[in-house]
Amino acid sequence: MKTGKKKHWYDYLWIWTIVYFALGFFNILFAWLGLIDFVLPLIFAIAGGNKWFCNHMCGRGQLFWVLGRNLKCSRRKKAPAWISSKWFRYGFLTFFMTMFGTMIFQTYLVFSGAETLRKAIKLFWTFKVPWKWAYNGSILPDWVAQFGFGFYSLMLTSTLIGLIVMALYKERTWCSFCPMGTMTQGICQIKAKKGNK
Amino acid sequence: MKKAVNVINRCVACGVCAGQCPREAISIYRGCYAVVDIAKCVGCGICEKACPAGSIRVEEVSDENR
Repeated sequence: MKTGKKKHWYDYLWIWTIVYFALGFFNILFAWLGLIDFVLPLIFAIAGGNKWFCNHMCGRGQLFWVLGRNLKCSRRKKAPAWISSKWFRYGFLTFFMTMFGTMIFQTYLVFSGAETLRKAIKLFWTFKVPWKWAYNGSILPDWVAQFGFGFYSLMLTSTLIGLIVMALYKERTWCSFCPMGTMTQGICQIKAKKGNK
Repeated sequence: MKKAVNVINRCVACGVCAGQCPREAISIYRGCYAVVDIAKCVGCGICEKACPAGSIRVEEVSDENR
């Protein structure tokens, strides 16, 4: 969100975040669309060596800004320094990727027939919430829906964490330990070092 | 004179400061950290208030560093 500057189409991508969660609420197959938010930052970082996605296109970050700054839902207090420390950022990234791997494994179990589809989402990797209305079968195999439930859980959990830190600290505190941000910054640092040699 | 100064090893390169700067004095260097163009910076402190990592601050900068 920019102050007194010309607005671009990508300044409104916070709407996409709301639309994404709304679509996934009614049909879990839409959760797959969240992969765009995973793949695009990586493409920008690997191919372009920049964080243009974080800087301009992150709908989630923009949503925190709209809610925190424009709608005054943030205390706008300084977050503790450890939140943006390297060990916490990379620790959280490791944890996040482990949980992503677990979700992929769960999808594989459904794919292989070892487990049946669970029509529920897991919040904060702990609390199971029934989500039966979001899937009534389709022409697609069950593992596709299982991935949807798992991925939607991940997206919703990270957004809820972001909303909590937004309310407690500054609007975009989530950005200081966002796993995608950490990963893409790491890639950019490696690329910048190589480029300087 | 007061200017924005960024502690690069704390910066997460999120670009919030750059997006907020009314003078467009901040840019993100190769996705690694924010860089302040001291010549453009007016030391308004908007970036400091927006920075989620607390890495950018407005400090007194001596004439030699300008």
